[in-house]
Amino acid sequence: MSQPRKAVALISGGLDSLLAARVMLEQGIHVEGINFFTGFCVEGHTHAIRQKDRKRPKRNNALWVAEQLGIRLHIVDVIEEYKDVVINPRHGYGANLNPCLDCKVFMVHKAWEWIRAHDFDFIVTGEVIGQRPMSQRADTLPVVARESGAEDLLLRPLCARNLPPTLPEREGWVDRERLYDFSGRTRKPQMALARQFGIEDYAQPAGGCCFLTDRQYATKLADLWRSRGERRYELDDIMLLKVGRHIRPRPHFKLIIGREEGENRFLEGYRKRFTHLRCTSHKGPLVLVDGEASDQDLELAARMVGRFGQGRHAEQVEVEAQRPGGAVLHFQVAPLPASEIPAEWYV
Amino acid sequence: MFEMPVEVDARNLLCPLPVIRTQDAVAGLPAGTEVVVRCTDPGALLDIPAWCRINGHELLSAREIDGEVEVRLRTVAQPPAA
Ligand code: SF4
Repeated sequence: MSQPRKAVALISGGLDSLLAARVMLEQGIHVEGINFFTGFCVEGHTHAIRQKDRKRPKRNNALWVAEQLGIRLHIVDVIEEYKDVVINPRHGYGANLNPCLDCKVFMVHKAWEWIRAHDFDFIVTGEVIGQRPMSQRADTLPVVARESGAEDLLLRPLCARNLPPTLPEREGWVDRERLYDFSGRTRKPQMALARQFGIEDYAQPAGGCCFLTDRQYATKLADLWRSRGERRYELDDIMLLKVGRHIRPRPHFKLIIGREEGENRFLEGYRKRFTHLRCTSHKGPLVLVDGEASDQDLELAARMVGRFGQGRHAEQVEVEAQRPGGAVLHFQVAPLPASEIPAEWYV
Repeated sequence: MFEMPVEVDARNLLCPLPVIRTQDAVAGLPAGTEVVVRCTDPGALLDIPAWCRINGHELLSAREIDGEVEVRLRTVAQPPAA
């Protein structure tokens, strides 16, 4: 018997990629999943950090999908390479800082490199014409196929019958008649197909698959770039944007204030690398200082630490600030009244 | 001969990075190697065992000790091509 053809499926953890991979398995294709970790994925992070969310079962949706499908999953760290996609998207941004079209081109390109390195035959995605305003339009789907280099090795089983036949269809590796012609924003055909396959439990991401589609998150990232005078980020930066209150009292520094135990514990992991403050006379949050803060700046920060702790109504609080080298400063300050924290300071 | 387990330090990393670190460490190891992964993200308690199941590695234990997650596994030979 001849070996089955092999496809790698981009698995985001959502329903569409799950279905696309499943349709291929139905046709006897050997499927393995690939999932790219950009640093912005909604997966895992926030629900792991906040205490209240610890009680909810948390799972990595891509792993879970792979397990449901009974396929292997390769999770690839693309954090460094992805920076250029976020910082210089050739096709621009969507509603927030989401470079969806460039992102899709990038991911399909990486998958294309992967199939060549691993001797696989083609690539499968869960894209559907008209599903997303930027990356999944009739005029942008060909852009993804062309600019990624994948060309007609890229098969979209959920909408393939609306598109010209790809190589796997022309060669008869897959039966075009058993592919689908979904289009538009409706989710009904996907839900019906899921029912047909007996799939009942699946993730339903609201806005998109990553934090870059989130308005608040994008505002914080834009603030970070503005304060640095350049569009640059490290993994720690983008992780920290997901945690705590961010308050920028001066252009050259901001405070990251843990909102509860889970966040404080997460911020603890960054203590050695950041100047940080904590109230020693009352209970309160751990506060990181991002930027270059002078001793005078730290005094203002100490007053804000007082404001966000249990000593907020006390006349004076004691606050300890520690610089990354270990130098410690002690402050005895009056907590800053809420009325003296302008709304514009909140990022 | 008693072999020391291979340690993977994935503390202060959020999911799925602990899974990625485990995956990358395991990729270069012979079958039968014991691996200990230490993490602070409680998500790893579910994700690394799921990753083991998907890839056929043997999960020895997964537990939380003093706010840290420790997962022990033993590598199993993988089919080629992937
Ligand atoms: S939502 Fe995020 S991960 Fe999804 S395509 Fe857009 S930029 Fe890429």
